[in-house]
Amino acid sequence: MAYSQKLMEIFRNPKNVGELPDANAVGRVGNASCGDILELYLKIENNIIVDAKFRTFGCASAIASSSVATEIIKGKTVEEALALTNDDIVKELDGLPAQKIHCSVLASEAIALAIQNYREGTDGASQEEKMV
Amino acid sequence: MNVYLDHSATTYVDEDVLEAMMPYFHDHFGNASSQHTLGQEAMNAVDRAREAVAKAINARPSEIYFTSGGTESDNWAIKGIAHAYASKGKHIITSAVEHHAVLHTCEQLTKEGYEVTYVPVHPSGEVDLDALKAAIRPDTVLITVMYANNEIGTIQPIEEIGRIAKEHKIFFHTDAVQAMGVCDIDVKAQNIDLLSMSAHKFYGPKGVGVLYIRNGVKPDKLIIGGAQERSMRGGTYNTPGIVGCAAALTKAVAHREENNAKIAALRDYFVEQVKARIPYIVINGGFEHRLPNNANISFLYVEGESILLSLDLEGIQASSGSACSSGSLDPSHVLLATGLPVENAHGSIRFSFGKDNTKEQVDYTLEVLERTIARLREWSPLYADLKKSKEN
Ligand SMILES: Cc1ncc(COP(=O)(O)O)c(C=O)c1O
Ligand SMILES: [Zn+2]
Repeated sequence: MAYSQKLMEIFRNPKNVGELPDANAVGRVGNASCGDILELYLKIENNIIVDAKFRTFGCASAIASSSVATEIIKGKTVEEALALTNDDIVKELDGLPAQKIHCSVLASEAIALAIQNYREGTDGASQEEKMV
Repeated sequence: MNVYLDHSATTYVDEDVLEAMMPYFHDHFGNASSQHTLGQEAMNAVDRAREAVAKAINARPSEIYFTSGGTESDNWAIKGIAHAYASKGKHIITSAVEHHAVLHTCEQLTKEGYEVTYVPVHPSGEVDLDALKAAIRPDTVLITVMYANNEIGTIQPIEEIGRIAKEHKIFFHTDAVQAMGVCDIDVKAQNIDLLSMSAHKFYGPKGVGVLYIRNGVKPDKLIIGGAQERSMRGGTYNTPGIVGCAAALTKAVAHREENNAKIAALRDYFVEQVKARIPYIVINGGFEHRLPNNANISFLYVEGESILLSLDLEGIQASSGSACSSGSLDPSHVLLATGLPVENAHGSIRFSFGKDNTKEQVDYTLEVLERTIARLREWSPLYADLKKSKEN
């Protein structure tokens, strides 16, 4: 497995876990059968991400990459957040074992989805609720 | 506190066993195949070890072959029988819950034109005997079903399978790696033709094991070389390993009942407490026929690897069937075979107890586990969904 010390430190104390009651951009990616789910909550004001939180069901690398991603995008513009790549996140974690890369891509996917939902004016709440 | 709850992965070498092995590393280092005194000393030790292992399973010393471990024994038994008796047929029956040493060996044989039937299991983990009987064909040469499962601890109905195999004149191999020193094994009474064991699962050293081959059964060789093991398995005798294997098995068998009782009591206490203290869990596998040391529990709405690593950060070692901890993308084939939904398999943890675990360690584990699961659930979007759906 061999996670970096930095990753383990983040896993031990992840930042920004929890829900953002006044979020206006929400994105949920992954599914339970593949083993990792990330729900990202963003508060966007004047094109700036003023706050970001997440909930993650997943392994240590999924949780740590969620934490790192929210840390990075806070205070950034929407465009800057969209430009964040998975490589950036992996670098921030001091690397990831090859078989764990797929767990970290959820973070950049969640950012893209949350912003898409924001732009389309959907609140991103889970689809089930809308399908009555 | 340090708590090792991963005895099904491996055990430490017991102090008495280590002591028995030590002389063969340095003072009595001879090659057991050499004619001189040093060599003969080593051969005597190998002979005594062979007798001890034979006695533990009611076999004859001439039926005991030392190998490099469980994986080699499984490979040898399955490929050896398949190849040697190919003219009789090319069909093999196994179960859906075997160790990869068996499953991947069978898969390899399918590439050589063999056909393999994977018999399903009941939710308890026990093989479906009706399905096993129905799978038998005129060209079936081998039934290979494990004695006890490494993930959920299910003990298979070995005697019945032995009877069925004998009735149909089919060879019967069992991977008994998890059962040695725990189950009462009698290869004659149970009609077992071949049996695999591995010393590091019963407080012996790693890298040494045994294949029992009933006299008269003639699998092809797997490891070809010198005339060791009555010309059936080449390679210089691993004297310290062989001595350690026999010493460990002898000790495990001598203390079998007391260790089983003690370990089962700890395990049962643990499971009861988990049920009482942590909601939304599933206990995997049946309890009627189960190794005394095994508890396999799915903690819903959290993922196994994050549980495993959280426990490890607090000194507790266990093991997970989640995809993310196994390095493959698929969760445990064993849990899926018992009918567990994929989502639940991701949050499964195997706790396997050993002879030196204490109640204090279990209490500490329970406290850490309760806290860990609660914390990870606070982080989980699935748990948040659950809470919301309850509020509505
Ligand atoms: C059921 C079973 N079979 C085979 C093996 C492989 O044994 P070894 O590690 O000695 O190769 C193991 C151990 O991982 C096992 O649990
Ligand atoms: Zn993962």
